[in-house]
Amino acid sequence: MIEVRHLQKSFGTQRVLDGVDMRIHEGESVVIIGRSGGGKSVLLKHLIGLLTPDSGEVLVDGVDIVHMNERDLIDVRRKFGMLFQGAALFDSMTVAENIAFALRRQQQCTEDEVREKVSEALALVELAGIEQKKPAQLSGGMRKRVGLARAIVYRPEILLYDEPTTGLDPIISDSIDQLIINIRQKLKVTSVAVTHDMRSARRIGQRIFMLYHGRIYASGTAEEIFASQDPVVHHFVNGISEPRQDLLEDF
Amino acid sequence: MRPPDPARWASDKVHALGEFTLLTREAFISLFRRRPDFRDIIYQLYFIGVKSQSVVLITGAFTGMVLAAQTYFQFHRVRMDTATLAVVGVGMCSELGPVLTALMVAGRVGAALAAELGTMRVTEQIDALRTLATHPVDYLVVPRLAATIVALPLLTVESVAIGIMGGYLLCRAFLGAYATYAWDNMVVYTGVPDLVTGLIKSIVFGAIIAMVSCYKGMTCREGAEGVGRATTEAVVYSSIAILITNFFLTLTLNRMLA
Repeated sequence: MIEVRHLQKSFGTQRVLDGVDMRIHEGESVVIIGRSGGGKSVLLKHLIGLLTPDSGEVLVDGVDIVHMNERDLIDVRRKFGMLFQGAALFDSMTVAENIAFALRRQQQCTEDEVREKVSEALALVELAGIEQKKPAQLSGGMRKRVGLARAIVYRPEILLYDEPTTGLDPIISDSIDQLIINIRQKLKVTSVAVTHDMRSARRIGQRIFMLYHGRIYASGTAEEIFASQDPVVHHFVNGISEPRQDLLEDF
Repeated sequence: MRPPDPARWASDKVHALGEFTLLTREAFISLFRRRPDFRDIIYQLYFIGVKSQSVVLITGAFTGMVLAAQTYFQFHRVRMDTATLAVVGVGMCSELGPVLTALMVAGRVGAALAAELGTMRVTEQIDALRTLATHPVDYLVVPRLAATIVALPLLTVESVAIGIMGGYLLCRAFLGAYATYAWDNMVVYTGVPDLVTGLIKSIVFGAIIAMVSCYKGMTCREGAEGVGRATTEAVVYSSIAILITNFFLTLTLNRMLA
């Protein structure tokens, strides 16, 4: 279980998180939605200790990770897998080397086992046979799938997705959503995704948190959030903007 | 544009110095306490050592020849022609060999290390390493530090050897048969302490190049501009640190090894 208590984070004079409180239960699939630049990715990175908050706590299975040093965090991070917005594949390595990275670092598998697990992970993301390609030879959707294969190959308990469908066409986005659902069902992992793609949020989220002005403004099941009559939530999930008429008139 | 705030500037510099010190401490602890990946070290040795050959050999040869020529021109006036190679030997071993080799490696390798790590940082590859339960210092900094510390003394020895050879060939052109006396004088006046001084300096310079470049790469700011700036700063700060450290090492080692 992941619990976030009154998390605050500023960059310079800009306060990005202003007292976030949330609780994510084991095995559930959570989606964090909010405006671009609203601090969703910053919140996600706090869950795995990639960023240190100004104040507040992040508890992973009851252990506060905020005050841990980088070495102690290594053990906590073994529970996590993370898919980055740009996939963050190691561009000097092949696809197979990328996926095998964590397994080889752990030194608990033989080379044959590593190869087998890499093939399994690639098959799970429907990209069998591209082991020897370099990340530069892959399309955006393929890179995300390889990133996903790298994140699941060592069977983590918690999977974090940072904007999994951003920048992809609707068909590829749909296939990534389906993949996330399949992986959750097959591996029984806890999933936390941040996105501003409402279609994707509706499909993959069992519970949705909306981040607004640095705080969790609303939370509930996908049905509750999409049926909400709160103006902020309603405008956001339906993509309704409020253009400043005065600026248009001045122009 | 607002003028820079001196207090903020000073605070940023002290903060950066603190970060650099902690990174260096972490890297050396990791180097001695944890088992480094030898494949990574070998790859970095190839990149830092083997691929710097041409730069180092050309620098060493021409520095040795210029030093020999200038020394000969001055010493010829006071009939000390045969002391020329002794000056070349001592100068190349203790000062010019290690310093110029380090400056050339800082330019070639320091820039490449900072650019590589900087690009990894801005494309979130360093964060990806951390999520894969890997300490970036163990995986990225330690192999580069170990390889630079090993490669730089070897490159320095090469540079010194080729510099002295270049000086000798030039002496032969100027002195003819007397070049043999010049060689003999060099062997007499260039001692082990001179070579040890050069080797100790090159180890320190290797650590400076690796740590400054890795620090600049790992703390680089967002975007192409950030990577470009980190690369430039890695070369400039490494070079300045080498020249300043060289002064203090010369004073200290001269007393210790005299």
